[in-house]
Amino acid sequence: MSSSPSTLAPPARPRAGARPRRPRRSRDLWLGVVGVVIVLAGAETLSRTGIVNPDFLPPVTAMYAALFEMLREGWFWEALWLTVRGWAIGLAAAMTLGIVVGFVIGSVPFLRKFTSSTIEFLRPIPSVALIPLVILLFGAQPQSAFVLVVYAAFWQVLVQVLYGVADVDPVARDTARSYQFGPLRVARSVIYPTALPYIMTAFRLGAAVALILEITAELVIGVDGLGRELGIAQSSNAVPETYALVIAIGLIGVAVNLLARFVERKALWWHPSVRSENS
Amino acid sequence: MTRFLKAAGYAVGLPAILLTAWWFGSANSTDPFWPPLSTIIETFPTTWTWDRIVADVFPSLARLGIGFGIAVVVGIVLGTAIGLSPTLRALSEPVLEFFRAVPPPVLVPIIALFAGYTGWLGKIITIALGCLWPILLNTVEGVRGLEPVLGDTARSYHLSRWRRLVFVVLPGASPRIFTGARQALSIGVILMVISELFGANRGLGAAIVQFQRSFAIPQMWTGVILLGLIGVLLAAVFKVVENRMLAWYLGQRQIERGE
Repeated sequence: MSSSPSTLAPPARPRAGARPRRPRRSRDLWLGVVGVVIVLAGAETLSRTGIVNPDFLPPVTAMYAALFEMLREGWFWEALWLTVRGWAIGLAAAMTLGIVVGFVIGSVPFLRKFTSSTIEFLRPIPSVALIPLVILLFGAQPQSAFVLVVYAAFWQVLVQVLYGVADVDPVARDTARSYQFGPLRVARSVIYPTALPYIMTAFRLGAAVALILEITAELVIGVDGLGRELGIAQSSNAVPETYALVIAIGLIGVAVNLLARFVERKALWWHPSVRSENS
Repeated sequence: MTRFLKAAGYAVGLPAILLTAWWFGSANSTDPFWPPLSTIIETFPTTWTWDRIVADVFPSLARLGIGFGIAVVVGIVLGTAIGLSPTLRALSEPVLEFFRAVPPPVLVPIIALFAGYTGWLGKIITIALGCLWPILLNTVEGVRGLEPVLGDTARSYHLSRWRRLVFVVLPGASPRIFTGARQALSIGVILMVISELFGANRGLGAAIVQFQRSFAIPQMWTGVILLGLIGVLLAAVFKVVENRMLAWYLGQRQIERGE
């Protein structure tokens, strides 16, 4: 999770190309490839030999054949686009809302005390509790997914931002005061660098939760997207296609995680937690 | 005493305001989807009778408990093994990376193929599989991030492998394990509900959706509120357990921060 972030201003950019390459890295990479091959080959064998009923677990080659078949069809890309769009819009709304509300509540001690019990109470309410409500209000429209995604991701973001704003080093704050920084300057050079790692954590957690809820809404409520296609494939007993869609959705998940980590590194290149990974 | 009252005032103030606003805001509501709060509260005891709680709520919670328990045990065992062995870790990392990224609800159609979805088995497997990844991955990170000095000290005292595991590795990783378990619990609650929405089923989630389908709106609202309360209660219980089991760690952190 987030290691305690420092409040120091960004230090000088590390020398380019100073990253030492260790032989360990390439060995790990190869082992990782071997691991993937073992799992794929294992699943293939289980299915081909009939140890696991191939009606339930088709050979991996059949899954990938189905996946590549899908990649050539328009509906797949349409559904993919709808899923990614729903995820992105919901996440963006949750991030904006969470950061604004978090900064306001976090910087005013009265508001922080006043809202903490309510936040503690509302946060663990499972977002799926809202499913029946959004079905009534919006049915299978994208708004249903939007509400669930925003509700689930908002709390993740809000709580992280509150931690971040609270984590400002008192010495740094006092120093800023002695130098008579204005409130904007304090926000930019003291609060923002402290809260940024937390905001990045919020982005990483929020992105994953948002995808879960987007897919859930599609699968359970029938909002258009890959989740709905998955439900259709399963109920029409198209087993290889079901697996192919699960793989496709999983790969979106991997892409989301990689994106979150990439953004985190780009935004926090100066931060000790990122720099120590590189040295 | 005044300090205590002040704290209590802060804790109760906003919830009281919100509830009052809901109560009066919805008092004369004729919108069928937003019944007055008074109606919802009146409906609550007649909807969630003891029989219904035994028939619907307890089985849901039992499935959650069993699934979560399996995930904790399997996750800690596998996670410790992977965390202790760099080779195993490198071997499994990309595979785990993929499985972690799969949103857990998509497991439902796959598990439905194998175990069907009317009985307990499919639901428990769904919950266990969904809860497994956060616990497993956090255990790996916790074991890996162990202070090297601790490991060296244990080795120079010639602690046996088993003792090292029980007295050094697991306690050292426990803060991370709890982080994973907390994430897993909220995923587990989501899956507890979702797993009941497929096929003909009983349970808390199934009951709420049944109310919604038959347009029993106040009853549906009581279900939403009950589910919310269960979420809050589970989080509170988890916090109590965590505070007890990690008391040494939380205290140490407080001292380090000079609080």
